[in-house]
Amino acid sequence: MIQVEGLTKDYGLRRAIDGISFHASKGEILGFLGPNGAGKTTTMRILTGYMPPTSGKASVAGYDVIERSLEVRRRVGYLPETVPLYPDMTVFEYLKFMADLRHLSQVEDKVDDVLELVHMEDRADGYIANLSKGMRQRVGLAQALLHQPEVLILDEPTIGLDPAQIHEVRDLIQDLGRERTILLSTHILSEAQQVCNRVLIINKGKIVAEDSPENLRSRIAGSQRFRLAVLGETEGLEKIIRDVPGIKTVAANDRSVFEFETTPGQDVRPLVSRAVVSAGYDLVELYPIGLSLEEIFLQLTRDEPRAPEMAEVDDLLNTALDEQLDQPEEDASELKG
Amino acid sequence: MRNIWTIAAREFKLYFSSPAAYLVATMLLVVMGIIFYTNVVGSILNQFPPNTQVVLGPLVTLLLFATPAITMRLLAEEQRQGTLELLLTAPVRDYELIVGKWLGGFLFMLSILALTWLYPIFLNQIVDPGIDQGILVSGYLGVILFMGSLVAIGVAVSSLFSNQIAVFFTTLGVFLVLWLISLPTQAMGATGGELLRYLDFSEHFYSTFYQGVIDLSDIIYFLSLTALALFLGTMSLESRRWR
Repeated sequence: MIQVEGLTKDYGLRRAIDGISFHASKGEILGFLGPNGAGKTTTMRILTGYMPPTSGKASVAGYDVIERSLEVRRRVGYLPETVPLYPDMTVFEYLKFMADLRHLSQVEDKVDDVLELVHMEDRADGYIANLSKGMRQRVGLAQALLHQPEVLILDEPTIGLDPAQIHEVRDLIQDLGRERTILLSTHILSEAQQVCNRVLIINKGKIVAEDSPENLRSRIAGSQRFRLAVLGETEGLEKIIRDVPGIKTVAANDRSVFEFETTPGQDVRPLVSRAVVSAGYDLVELYPIGLSLEEIFLQLTRDEPRAPEMAEVDDLLNTALDEQLDQPEEDASELKG
Repeated sequence: MRNIWTIAAREFKLYFSSPAAYLVATMLLVVMGIIFYTNVVGSILNQFPPNTQVVLGPLVTLLLFATPAITMRLLAEEQRQGTLELLLTAPVRDYELIVGKWLGGFLFMLSILALTWLYPIFLNQIVDPGIDQGILVSGYLGVILFMGSLVAIGVAVSSLFSNQIAVFFTTLGVFLVLWLISLPTQAMGATGGELLRYLDFSEHFYSTFYQGVIDLSDIIYFLSLTALALFLGTMSLESRRWR
């Protein structure tokens, strides 16, 4: 359904994407995971016919994106990163306008259908200017679904939504993905793992890893980092933590905040909390922390020139995946002590 | 064709819900009213019957300033709010988008123009035995053709920037250059100024349409200027994709 070969795009001197290749077949939800500026949006813009690549080939739904751009655009539903809405139109007017541009018949029924799909039936006559960010996101999604496209390209579809809406949109995407091809980008690892059949990790215009979420999950092991905070006096606390078996490193981050890393495979949090409390300190926070996605990729690419053994990259990735997984929405604040 | 109409209809409707468009239309009509009153009183005092020229003269000049204010939004706003991405990834050809935008703006300008008919009608009532119908018809035909070119240039310039103010002043600048480009030829004498004189808006209006003469070459001038501007606008939109 989506076929990309050696796609490259330069903006002046800057190379936004650098010879990437991938494919997605029918019924597949392909996740595009990477930090901001990695080239996700650029790739999507090429696939939707917004702009041509500098070199390389891409086809969507069997049509070349340059040669048969209009055919591609007829078959793709696209939700850009900044949701393109006309604030001075009502939701209904906007969707009707888009449906007319796509030459759909029974426009009113189709608009009603997509509004129901994104749970916006009751706001059809409201002006887009008065909608919240989450609602705008859903109107944008409705627009992408109007013509029941074979291929859906969604650029950060859950950004700006509240947790309940995120859950809803993810469910919706999974539903839609059963009979369509979906390419979605995100910078949230857990989202990619939850929703996608396959994940592409992209950084600085290159695909650095590709795997199924199951494999990513199975590779999760490795060391973990935690942050710990106490109230009041911290004299001698660093040593107490260091003496707990399984602790690799401890660093005082602040006067009352410590970060420590543990050896893989064992959960030392009960031991640490017990040690801290029994030594008379007031433990108020103990929670896992992770590298941000940007940091992970920085490290991955910094290692690149000297060609690391795969194990090293894997280890780094695993650490990152682990930490990311442990802190989705609720931010895992475990209080012990 | 259908896409052109869909886009034009949206633009046209939008003008009627935009305070800026009403403001421009009101200013145009108010200023025209003042000049009209002055001209009519002046011609009565000088004891010659006023004709449609007292309406056409100020109208044409005011259009130079009103049109950029109406057209500046057309593509600049799409770029600013990111909706251009929506239109360029919809199954719409670039020229359909440009022509649709032009048509929407042109239809709105026509509605303003329709309101200015009040002045000739009024004039017809007070002048005996009525105003020169020839000048009325040829004058308004000229204004419509002229307006089509102005709106087309406005759309083309609007595709260049995402800032409406920049679009306004650039458009106005282009208009004024095309309005005054034959002036230097008066100092240059008869030879050499042919091309500049041909390019000039006013050369194709004041000596013909304004005098009650309909000349095919003037019609061709305005139509080809419109087509050229729309073509350049389409090129400019296409070039955005390659940037």
